[in-house]
Amino acid sequence: MEGWYIDPGYFNFHLFTMSIFVFVLLRFSYIYYWTGRPFGQSSTRCSLKTLIVLGSGGHTAEMLNLLVVLDMDKFGPRIYVAAETDNMSLEKAGVFENKLMADREKNYSKNSEHPKFMKIYRSREVGQSYVTSIGTTLIAAAHALWIIFKVQPQVVICNGPGTCFPLCLCAYFLKFVGLRWCSIFYVESIARVRRLSLSGLLVYKLHLADQFFVQWPQLYKEYPSAKYVGRLM
Amino acid sequence: MAGDGGDEIGKKVVFVTVGTTSFDSLIKAIDSDEVREDLLKKGYTHLIIQMGRGLYVPSKFSGENGTLNVDYFTFSPSIATYLRSASLVISHAGSGSIFETLRLGKPLIVVVNEDLMDNHQSELAEELADKKYLFCARPPTLHHVIRTMELGSLLPYQPGDATPVAQLMYKFFGFPIN
Repeated sequence: MEGWYIDPGYFNFHLFTMSIFVFVLLRFSYIYYWTGRPFGQSSTRCSLKTLIVLGSGGHTAEMLNLLVVLDMDKFGPRIYVAAETDNMSLEKAGVFENKLMADREKNYSKNSEHPKFMKIYRSREVGQSYVTSIGTTLIAAAHALWIIFKVQPQVVICNGPGTCFPLCLCAYFLKFVGLRWCSIFYVESIARVRRLSLSGLLVYKLHLADQFFVQWPQLYKEYPSAKYVGRLM
Repeated sequence: MAGDGGDEIGKKVVFVTVGTTSFDSLIKAIDSDEVREDLLKKGYTHLIIQMGRGLYVPSKFSGENGTLNVDYFTFSPSIATYLRSASLVISHAGSGSIFETLRLGKPLIVVVNEDLMDNHQSELAEELADKKYLFCARPPTLHHVIRTMELGSLLPYQPGDATPVAQLMYKFFGFPIN
């Protein structure tokens, strides 16, 4: 039986790496399979912790138009994220939340947790060179990871500013490691009529979002697993 | 279109806005005797220019002797007030300005910035121009668009609605849809 002898250490090492590989593969298939699948009728559940990614001017206006029609008792507490250099967006979100709070007090409805506002580093400022943007992208990615692991949202809603891709990727990773099941909703900006934005394209191709919405029929024709919802503005 | 808002009787304002950036080629295209003359011929009395971070400073006119009154500023927290008082808006192609103007029901000319890299902005302006909600121009064609525009040919803009998104999200989570 001498020919059958295998060094046990060698065998164990390979068994170990193989099982990790298989585990990662299985875990990934599981996440991939369940991403985009609805929760079913189970949930009259309480509120979902929601991370809302804001962009500059147009993006934020679109997002607020969505938020006014969403039932905020179901999506809370809410955490807003905007780029470090963007002062207007969080301010606008603050105005929206204050109004919500005022309405709530008028209706004597239950008081929910206060919203939080956070800032995130941008991977690339407009006009920044590609060489220096490698470094800033890494910093931005680390920052996104830190925000996602700190917040551990159950829902991420975003509509296409550059900051949303690293956040979506990290939220997917959060799901992967099993810390929190996080559903990602991506609404492509109304400004995109014929071509997706880079963030949109990455989120679509990598199958990161549970639901991917487009506002123009031309895009829907091009990207059929998206959902066409008409204009938000 | 409900485009004839104005505080004083007989005052008709053209409001030019470039948003938070600079768009000198638009300001240059506006700042010409021919354009001012054509605006006057169309019955406008005032031209107010929000020039943003632009370096090109347009000329001011006091508007005496039946000429066009022209004034400019860089930024203002009350762009909405200017938009509301305008009878015609000439804007850069940012979606924020476009929809704010359309929702106010003001006639709009969108000027696409040809100097921007990866110019996806023209997509939106051209699509909305095809649907006759606004006129689309580029700095070199702005004068021609102003001269030939027929405001009556524009269709009233129907604001969009986000409820389809909300309903799909409720359905996804199994929330009851009201």
